[in-house]
Amino acid sequence: MQRMTVAKAMTECLKAEGITDIFGYPGAAICPFYDELYKSGINHILVRHEVNAGHSASGYARITGKPAVCVATSGPGALNLITAIATAYMDSVPMIIITGQVNSDQIGRDVFQEADITGSAEPFVKHSYLLKRPEDTAEVFKKAFYIAGTGRRGPVLIDVPCDVQKAEIDFEYPESVDIRSYRPSSKGNGYQIKRAAVTILEAKKPLIIAGGGLFSGNAAELMRELSEKLDIPVISTLMGLGAMPTDNERYFGMLGMHGCESAKCAVNNCDTLILLGARLSDRTSAPIMLKKGLTVIHIDIDPAEIGKSVAANIPIVGDISIVLGQLLEQLNNTVSENAVPKHDEWKAMLSQSRVDKGIKQVEKGFVNPKWFIRELNNYLPNRSIVVADVGENQFWTALNIELKNGRFLTSGGMGTMGYSLPAAIGAKTAEPNAEVIAVCGDGSFQMEMPELATCVQHNIAVKVIVMRNKYLGMVREFQTNHYGNRLYAVSLDGSPSYTKIADSYGIENMLVDSKESAKEGIKRLTESNKPFLLEVAVPEMLETIL
Amino acid sequence: MKHTISVLVENHAGVLARVAGLFARRGFNIDSLAVGVTDDVNISRITIVADGSDYTLEQIEKQLNKLIDVIKVKTLAPENMVSRELILIKVSCSPKQRPEIISICELAHGKISDISANSITIEISDSTNALNNFEELLRPYGIKEIVRTGTIAIQKGEAAVSVRN
Repeated sequence: MQRMTVAKAMTECLKAEGITDIFGYPGAAICPFYDELYKSGINHILVRHEVNAGHSASGYARITGKPAVCVATSGPGALNLITAIATAYMDSVPMIIITGQVNSDQIGRDVFQEADITGSAEPFVKHSYLLKRPEDTAEVFKKAFYIAGTGRRGPVLIDVPCDVQKAEIDFEYPESVDIRSYRPSSKGNGYQIKRAAVTILEAKKPLIIAGGGLFSGNAAELMRELSEKLDIPVISTLMGLGAMPTDNERYFGMLGMHGCESAKCAVNNCDTLILLGARLSDRTSAPIMLKKGLTVIHIDIDPAEIGKSVAANIPIVGDISIVLGQLLEQLNNTVSENAVPKHDEWKAMLSQSRVDKGIKQVEKGFVNPKWFIRELNNYLPNRSIVVADVGENQFWTALNIELKNGRFLTSGGMGTMGYSLPAAIGAKTAEPNAEVIAVCGDGSFQMEMPELATCVQHNIAVKVIVMRNKYLGMVREFQTNHYGNRLYAVSLDGSPSYTKIADSYGIENMLVDSKESAKEGIKRLTESNKPFLLEVAVPEMLETIL
Repeated sequence: MKHTISVLVENHAGVLARVAGLFARRGFNIDSLAVGVTDDVNISRITIVADGSDYTLEQIEKQLNKLIDVIKVKTLAPENMVSRELILIKVSCSPKQRPEIISICELAHGKISDISANSITIEISDSTNALNNFEELLRPYGIKEIVRTGTIAIQKGEAAVSVRN
């Protein structure tokens, strides 16, 4: 038990949780905390807009698998974080958001920089606290980290009034935590596991859909084992990309509105669907909802996701790594060595459905983005982290990037533009030795451009690839296909030269507009150990699916 | 279809806002909502009558359970619960009409809670349907104001929605 201010106690809580880096932006109402932060030894990364503190923490957390921390001041600072909080919530990313609040006795009186952040963020947080009683500090932090980092992961917000930060308390960080109303399930129901095992063994055309939960639950390896053991083909959601190496013979691509033909064929023809940590949004569930006579095994940590989009015949709620462990054990006990199913015909059918339209020649002075991403693959180490933004660039990347032991990050559920660079900054901070690449369009880049300064100031060697086509390409495509080709408010005329922007930050850069220059650009980008910006001239009217 | 849901929550500030907000943003319709503390002062009970299909009800239960402050959620079976609502109803009433209205009130097991020269206020606790019928009986006299608490409900027999089981 030690006497200290709440502000100091907050830094002690973070240290006790193993936090070494945090992303933030200061302001008056959070100053007592910052005054302790600088003595704490925790590395603070100053972003250039609060929303990016949230996205950076998101990128960091997705790489470490543990809750990451972002900080902002009261009022506008806190409100600027909301899009990042919602983005993390939709993609089940564990995050702790610390916000300053006006003095307790001023709350509710519309004082300067006051905003009800716990109220405003309520729809997008797993839980939130307004820390009113200084003596609750340790318990609130302990609970917040526990809630964010267990069960279905998610953001937890702690709002701390300025006077509370200055108050003195006797501090001791609790070793354990028990919340009677929060006991996430871990083991799957034994009966359902048995049913699942029997169903999988009897299936003629089984199919695994790998979701983002495999990363949250650290269970990608177990999924690969299940696929290999029983010869089950795998397709992926956008969030599950990379759970199965993209060059695996049993991997048949990504499902979804912008997914590939082989994945669609797999869903349309399978008889048993094994959903692993995938909630199946409206962009992926449509073909499944229409299918009759399909047996669905749905494994998810959140009971509310089971039966929400797709009716499940065998629902299993639990921690995916534990449930997959149980399932593999059950299968081991049930199946004898010589009766292990083989699905050669099924796989052959799926292999035939693989469509590659090849690489189209583009006009002189431009680079085909599909070719570009495939070329980039040749230079990336096995453990690379590629963060795609939102729009056409997202699917040019998702559909063509090769992932072996690396990760692919993107804003899946929320589709938040301006995610890639700050998230890449977070990922690179979490894993400085990995090659971390942000791929964005010129629309999304202009939302996140100020973060180049963060890279320079904190020496974070993120590589940025700007697919410049002078359009909000995906919206333009939408207007072409669904609004009589009336292109409106989608031209990005007036945009700057991105290489000159990089120059002004002192960031190495190159503009590439041909295969030859692109190859050189990729080489320079991957060989550099500093931040690098590559502007890729992409033809203006290219579609998402190339 | 109407569902009566009994929800035990931590008795913290802001919990009601979280529950009400959840219903609003997920598009669940609330017919009535009543809150009160339980025998344990740290726990409140929210009784919600909601309208929706079985799919909606399943989602309501699951989403409520995800709120950290929610301890327990139980949908009560209509045939196996006692549900009550309290109504205060103020009706125009001349001195000549008093005997008539008082006799209606007695028939319905209501209680006269206030009387003035030209009005009468009656309180009754009963099921929502019985209260609706009663309201219709009084309508011809001229209803000045109605205040209803929303439904509260409890299971029949020994079963209890409590943290102890």
